[in-house]
Amino acid sequence: MALPIMAVLVFFLVLPIIMIVTVSFWQATEFSIIPAFDLENYEFLFGSNVTYRVFFNTFKYAFITWVFTLSIGFTVAYFLAFHIRSLTWQIALFLLCTIPFWTSNIIRMISWIPFLGRNGIANSTLISWGVIEEPLDWLLFSDFAVILAFVHLYTLFMVVPIFNTMMRIDKSLIEAARDAGASGAQILWNVIIPLTKPGIMIGTIFVVTLVMGDFITVRFMSGSRSANVGRLISNDIALLAYPSASATAVVLLLTVLIVIGLMLRFVDIRKEL
Amino acid sequence: MAAPTKELELVSVTKRYGATVAVDAINHRFQPGGYACLLGPSGCGKSSTLRMIAGHETVTDGAILLGGADISDLPPAKRGTAMMFQNYALFPHLSVADNVAFSLKMRGDDKPERLKKAGEMLELVDLSNLADRLPDQLSGGQQQRVALARALITRPQVLLLDEPLSALDPFLRIRMRGELRKLQRELGISFVHVTHGQDEALALADEIVVMNNAVIEQAGSARDVFNAPTTAFVAQFIGGHNVIALPEGLFAIRTDAVGISRSETGSLQGAVTAVEYQGAHVSVSAQIAGDQQVSALIPENTFFNNPMNPGDQVGLIWEETDLHKLTA
Repeated sequence: MALPIMAVLVFFLVLPIIMIVTVSFWQATEFSIIPAFDLENYEFLFGSNVTYRVFFNTFKYAFITWVFTLSIGFTVAYFLAFHIRSLTWQIALFLLCTIPFWTSNIIRMISWIPFLGRNGIANSTLISWGVIEEPLDWLLFSDFAVILAFVHLYTLFMVVPIFNTMMRIDKSLIEAARDAGASGAQILWNVIIPLTKPGIMIGTIFVVTLVMGDFITVRFMSGSRSANVGRLISNDIALLAYPSASATAVVLLLTVLIVIGLMLRFVDIRKEL
Repeated sequence: MAAPTKELELVSVTKRYGATVAVDAINHRFQPGGYACLLGPSGCGKSSTLRMIAGHETVTDGAILLGGADISDLPPAKRGTAMMFQNYALFPHLSVADNVAFSLKMRGDDKPERLKKAGEMLELVDLSNLADRLPDQLSGGQQQRVALARALITRPQVLLLDEPLSALDPFLRIRMRGELRKLQRELGISFVHVTHGQDEALALADEIVVMNNAVIEQAGSARDVFNAPTTAFVAQFIGGHNVIALPEGLFAIRTDAVGISRSETGSLQGAVTAVEYQGAHVSVSAQIAGDQQVSALIPENTFFNNPMNPGDQVGLIWEETDLHKLTA
């Protein structure tokens, strides 16, 4: 059974990556792409100030999104795993969490636009309540909108692995902690969080890689005012600058791998796989 | 360890789950500083009773008293009880020493102090050299001793053990039960041990409380319960007894008090249905009138002086004083 799977992986994963790495050393002019072995794409990339700002922006989105998806995802998973007593209800509520995923990413993203716009529902509601006088213009086409959309899109990727890990925690451990005099907060901090770490780590890997590889959310929700690495690549592709796009992709891939490598040094997720 | 031990008392303790009654108004006064076993088949309410004493289950009705004070509504850690869980419930992410020191950490003791106390407890259970291991790296018997040390570090008045030996293999079970008994003597505190194994209860307990169908069937010292079961259930559950319906009523008689003769001189006649060699004894089963089975445990050499085979007609003999009238 291993051979066909290997073939699929080689054909659809390894070969494209080799291709990208190869192309990243090619040369490009306005009208042609020349196979070569040349470091100029990388020299340009590392020599440009834009690269550093865009990478910083990418990390910023990833970090802020991670903080929010983790806090929301952990809370939801905790509630489902420890406060809902019956399995039927746990499954029902869990499925409820997945309902937004029945529509496409793009549609869920775009639905925010009429809500957050200058004359959108959020602004008109806030004005009618008298909370604000003037419409807030940072609601849409801003970092706020980008992060809101990311959190909305990706929180479930945090809920699922954390919930999964929490369901495996032996309930008698909680009783044992209570028997030892632990309060609810102490149980959370000393028992549940340490035992949930692998789930948190898997969710983190999902969210961080999804956010770092994204380009469409940033484009739509920032109204093309912000950029991340994904947009850099997509712009290059639009200009048919494939070698430059490949070089950026290679650097992004390595960056994400380093980030994941660092995270895995801290938490052992093997038991979860 | 000479602190006076407090008396644990159950006053018409009841546990209901919706319409089902798990524990039905039981009353019992445990001997202070004794080893008590709650014995019964699964679903008889023994575990619910233990969990109510521990505070992991609310008491629907009645009261639990420790040293005269009502502890029914106190949180588990404030009761003066500690529980050892069936699968030990050791924290898998904490070292042995941190597991043992857990309750001290929750209480806010600083690290050197709690590690010192944990070290003392580990010495008591003879595990000092494994303090840095994780629970996964220990054998079942070692894990159990860690769980014991963790439960005992708060110096409880009463230690509650929920089927503590059921996860061990038979050989280790016998060794650990010796250790439990020894530890209980050394500490002089009350142990309440839930089990469904009558041999375990007989071996360990100063006091056996037999439960069935949410009530206490019989309570007393191991010898009293074994020698004078009051109900048919107790006689059957504790083992080593025949329950015989005679014209005068229902009686229990120990299998080793029943003798077998070839003649028709015995109290009852029957036919041998099975002969089982058990080493020191031979167990002979016979069918008597009314389709009842009676077992006789005959010393090996007595049996082989006069061997019998299935199908043989025999007379069963016993002393009238060995018959115990049963109430139900």
